[in-house]
Amino acid sequence: MKTLWNDPDGGFHPASAPDFLPRRELELLQLGRLRSVVRRAYERVPLFRQRMEARRLAPDSIRSLADLGQLPFTVKTDLRDTYPFGLFASPMGEVVRLHASSGTTGKPIVVAYTEADVQVWTSVMVRSFAACGLHKGDVIQNAYGYGLFTGGLGAHYGAEALGATVIPISGGNTERQLMVLADFGVTAIACTPSYFIHLVERAKEAQIGFGKLKVGVFGAEPWSESMREYIQAEAGIRAHDIYGLSEIIGPGVGIECLHRRGLHVFEDHFYPEIVDPESGAVRPDGCEGELVLTTLSKEAMPMIRYRTRDITALDPEPCACGRTLRRIRRIGRRSDDMFIIRGVNVFPSQVETALLRVEGTLPHYQIVLTREKGLDQMEVQVEVTPQVFSDEIRGLQALQEKLGQAIEQVLGLRVKVTLVAPRTLARSEGKAKRVQDQRKV
Amino acid sequence: MKIRQLSLFLENRPGQLRAPCKILGDAGIDVLTMSLADTQQFGILRLVVEDTDRARQVLEAAGVVVNVTEMLAVDVPDHPGGLAQVLEGFEKADLGVEYMYPYGRGGAATLLFRVEDPDRAERILAEHGVRLVPSAELYARAAR
Repeated sequence: MKTLWNDPDGGFHPASAPDFLPRRELELLQLGRLRSVVRRAYERVPLFRQRMEARRLAPDSIRSLADLGQLPFTVKTDLRDTYPFGLFASPMGEVVRLHASSGTTGKPIVVAYTEADVQVWTSVMVRSFAACGLHKGDVIQNAYGYGLFTGGLGAHYGAEALGATVIPISGGNTERQLMVLADFGVTAIACTPSYFIHLVERAKEAQIGFGKLKVGVFGAEPWSESMREYIQAEAGIRAHDIYGLSEIIGPGVGIECLHRRGLHVFEDHFYPEIVDPESGAVRPDGCEGELVLTTLSKEAMPMIRYRTRDITALDPEPCACGRTLRRIRRIGRRSDDMFIIRGVNVFPSQVETALLRVEGTLPHYQIVLTREKGLDQMEVQVEVTPQVFSDEIRGLQALQEKLGQAIEQVLGLRVKVTLVAPRTLARSEGKAKRVQDQRKV
Repeated sequence: MKIRQLSLFLENRPGQLRAPCKILGDAGIDVLTMSLADTQQFGILRLVVEDTDRARQVLEAAGVVVNVTEMLAVDVPDHPGGLAQVLEGFEKADLGVEYMYPYGRGGAATLLFRVEDPDRAERILAEHGVRLVPSAELYARAAR
């Protein structure tokens, strides 16, 4: 077992010990922590108290892990409605850090950490990097954005505590990223998968190699298995999916181990449930549904049954790595990433699969939704690459037709495919913006 | 005997044609002839220049999608029925023409042809007495 525990000198990072707790011990730990976090939320956060009282529940109503299902959900709008500090359970004097989400609509959401919260966050990030096979001696280029976004500092603290060398390069400035990657002996990079694909493309254009890079820790947006294959083949690295969200803690809620068959959830701090996205009913392990998370040890901002909008399933089967933590299937889609067009539910990842099938690699693309005379139109704009460019009009029309057919096969929907010149679609230096919904409803 | 041609992908909207022309102009590359094929949505700009490799390089560096294809240049007798005569040679050789456009330099009525299989075409046209203009001769005409 020890050889799997990441330290080249035969030991393992002590922080990883809870990953291997026997289930029975883990569940006792979870129940103890659940009871105290519910009490804390009830006593210190008016919204939680009101909602529990409305259901005639008190902290003592929670006697088993199954009782969690009686508690009310928390949703993203609760954080907006109580902006900025309404869900804090600690006085500001005990809060050592604030982060905020980018907030695409209106006000951002604000999250808080006590010193103990930062320690927990650091420990789950250490365990994440360790599960990816990283340890002291690795050089980690942290290309997540530093600032209000949780990605940068979360990965930074974890990588440092792991004992690795951290390069706090933050996001953007692609040329400098590539130079540092090649020149600084970087062995691992942490960033969004779409940004890494951007780096791969630019490296190819500039004919720069990736030096000693062997591991990528990619997260903060959904990505597909086909993107992983592309990344691994093009950059010659092992790509790991990391999961997290600011409302819960930031990155470090779940991680893929070396086997990469789902993401181990750090269940001793974040309790996962799968529910029916419509009715909210809890579904058993193995069933697909929306991931709901409860923070078991958070002080400054406990989250009780937070609806993530991420669609996945919980896998209770033991993992070959020896971790006893349940795994969530990698998240290909969010329930709010989905859009409905002419009555069909569409996820961008489905369009991606179709494009890959035709072109062999993933071209840059964008989905534009419009409404013409009351009818919804879906257009997929695809950048033309030298590999698929034909010198003849009918060659290009054939490509367009092939792309259209492949998408129709996946979605059962005829969509308009438009070929656009390279580098005309917005490039992501952070999260990819795949869908532009211009419909006025 | 084949002439190298650059094909560029363009979107069908204002400004798209100017950009590659400016890139070539800035690099001091003279366009000998060109033709634009278009659909409602996109177009293909085809160009012949003397230094094809350098043109391709500067265009690609600017992010333009470029292909290089081979064309055949034929001097067409400048009198009624001259083109029909040349095309008869193509027909006898069973060669399909994808597209063609004129090369307007040096006084002769020269046409550039894109055919399905330029290698085979080159051989067969020679057998049928159609003379292909070599690239060196074509470029020399432009310099005159």
